[in-house]
Amino acid sequence: MSERIDDEPAAYTIGIDLGTTNCALAYCSDPVAPVLPLAIPQIVAPGEVGERALLPSFLYFPAAGQFAAGSLALPWYPNARDAVGSFAREQGASTPARLVSSAKSWLSHSGVDRNGEILPWQSPEEVPKCSPVQAAARYLGHLRAAWERAHPDAPVAEQDVVLTVPASFDAVARELTKAAAMLAGFEAPTLLEEPQAAMYDWLAQHADTWRQQLAVDDVVLVVDIGGGTTDFSLIAVGQDDGSLVLERIAVGDHILLGGDNMDLALAFTVQARLEAEGTVLDDWQMRAVTHAARAAKETLLGDGGTDSCPISIVSRGSRLIGNTIRTTLSRADVDAVLVEGFFPVVEASARPLVPKRAGFVALGLPYPSDAAITRHLAAFLGRPRAANKPGTTFVHPTAILFNGGVTQSPTIRARICEVITRWVSAEGGTAPKVLAGTDAELAVARGAAHYARVRRQGGVRIKGGTAQSHYVGIARAELVVPGVPPRIDAVCVAPCGMEEGTEIELPALFGLLLGEEVSFRFFGSSTRRDDVVGAVVSPVELTELSPLETLLPAPEGKEGAIVQVRLHARVTEVGTLELSAVEHGGGQRWKLSFDVRGGG
Amino acid sequence: MEPLGFAARLWLALLLPWRVLFDGVFAARVHTLDAPAPLAVAPPAAPKLEVRDAEVIAAPRDVTPALQVLAVLQREGRFVDFLQEDMSSFSDADIGAAARVVHDGCARAVKQYFELRAVRSEAEGAAIELPAGYDASRVRVTGNVTGEPPFRGTLAHHGWRVEEVRLPSTTAGHDPKIIAPAEVELGQP
Repeated sequence: MSERIDDEPAAYTIGIDLGTTNCALAYCSDPVAPVLPLAIPQIVAPGEVGERALLPSFLYFPAAGQFAAGSLALPWYPNARDAVGSFAREQGASTPARLVSSAKSWLSHSGVDRNGEILPWQSPEEVPKCSPVQAAARYLGHLRAAWERAHPDAPVAEQDVVLTVPASFDAVARELTKAAAMLAGFEAPTLLEEPQAAMYDWLAQHADTWRQQLAVDDVVLVVDIGGGTTDFSLIAVGQDDGSLVLERIAVGDHILLGGDNMDLALAFTVQARLEAEGTVLDDWQMRAVTHAARAAKETLLGDGGTDSCPISIVSRGSRLIGNTIRTTLSRADVDAVLVEGFFPVVEASARPLVPKRAGFVALGLPYPSDAAITRHLAAFLGRPRAANKPGTTFVHPTAILFNGGVTQSPTIRARICEVITRWVSAEGGTAPKVLAGTDAELAVARGAAHYARVRRQGGVRIKGGTAQSHYVGIARAELVVPGVPPRIDAVCVAPCGMEEGTEIELPALFGLLLGEEVSFRFFGSSTRRDDVVGAVVSPVELTELSPLETLLPAPEGKEGAIVQVRLHARVTEVGTLELSAVEHGGGQRWKLSFDVRGGG
Repeated sequence: MEPLGFAARLWLALLLPWRVLFDGVFAARVHTLDAPAPLAVAPPAAPKLEVRDAEVIAAPRDVTPALQVLAVLQREGRFVDFLQEDMSSFSDADIGAAARVVHDGCARAVKQYFELRAVRSEAEGAAIELPAGYDASRVRVTGNVTGEPPFRGTLAHHGWRVEEVRLPSTTAGHDPKIIAPAEVELGQP
């Protein structure tokens, strides 16, 4: 480990977007140099290493001998036997059982053991496995190696690194992200929420004019629709000593819905049309249709005003001509499938449709059952206690910042604006303005690099602290009834909005047995913003997270003794939440760690 | 070479001045004998050329980038498949449908690996004046080429220049001649 002396600052600030489908790294050298993306070498085909601006977040485990020896070698990893990036995604599309994808979503999925070697999910015995944390570490390790190859004199451990996470990541997912980064050789990178990173990028792009574009009482809605996930955040503009300040006031849930769903929806439309004409597609052709549908989507939703887009699927064999399957996707198809399907015009009171629970629920990723992003948005803005002005039933955004590939489409932007305008004007509000001028693919990485620089040399910062409030479960002191598990109360240990570096203490005293494993149930909420430390709430309203546990080592001869402790919650400098039991009247301190074995 | 005996040398010494004086060709041969580099050691002119040719052939030109371009065009746009087809038996509509796939993929590949720019920024059809000393490798004049520059004409084609090549590097042991491996789809066991 390398030590950095405080008066000798790091040469670079680095921002890393660890995305569900793509990763990116941007960096800048001080003090005023522009933020640049790093070209990332990766296997693009067996035997070929090419540079790309993005590293697809995919890991492929080949079968023994599937590719020639050495053909997956990277300049920094000559013995590589598996592939990360572009080729992994390509190859994995045809062999999904050997492909690790959406590792980041697994990282935040409390239903599984996130340190367990469970990916690729439900793949055959013989396929090598890795844990969600290891997969994330592989992507980060690849970025680190790419960086250090391009900058051999500037190891990442000596630079200021900011790593982004979805705003919806709870304390456990953040802790695991940090663990993955440490595993990849990063020295405690600072965590930043993705929508905030997008906002920082916008602030950097409009450093001279943002104060004219935003005013006190503005509320910016960040709509981030990526390949696999959708994230919402609200950032309020306030005033402090006459200057504008920004505060992140709400974050949405992690919604596993994005551009990939839209490509698939279009591909199914094409497939149904072809089947009606008597053409049945095999798996390979279906993948080709999905590729073609993505390209058609970009054309039809783009600025060009094209009304229809021909789709050709050639045969797989070397005889290219003659067996081509032909059809057309029209503007009307895209409007019906994508715009109406994913962004229907709904009322502000609409909520995502929840299906009746089936008897068995698959353990896989918790995909939403309602694909309508506008209904998820209505639910986010209309959360209980969210409305910020008298006479309103939901938060009225006054500005929108778009991020993520899908939002590059003017048609989709226009629809989202139209729906929100409809909602707010029904309550007397005015149409929100769109904050333009960010790069949908690289904004998060660039914003993160910019934030690292702001941390070092000052500048506008977004306040907000922790996004969720956290609770521990305390068993009620009441008579035990056979067959009824003891009921618990959730006690708030860390209210939302705690800033980095702050620590608070829960006044209640607990007795813990020395020499025994102690475990607390642990809960989070992104909607209960007013609970103060010590507040007692019903766990029904909360999301249960991984339990907290610790082993209090007993000094010689003191086994079984009871020690009185108080719970302390601290938000670390890097943005993770740390809970400890601190001895009452003594200095002993035991850190509680998350038990992420899942299944609970 | 055996050294000559004294008698022979004496006879030669008497004879040579006369032959040098009256036989120009012989004089030239003697002159080269007297040159700083001994003639017998220097390789004859013709074999020397052969050696140089052999060197050029023996060191193979690196054909990997050329094969890579073919591989990429095939992978992204089925370019080789397209060229290898016999066009005569297909209708224009069939060819057109396949050409879309070839065009989309090849265009993507070229954009990915090459940065292309027009040599001349003027619109095609625009009047162009080429000053004296213009770069003939960048501009080719055709038609009524008479007199001295400056030349006046119209831009028929703006030309293409590759500004940057970003071909992937290859790993050791990679056989670039396989521009597309055979594909075998394994069924369910």
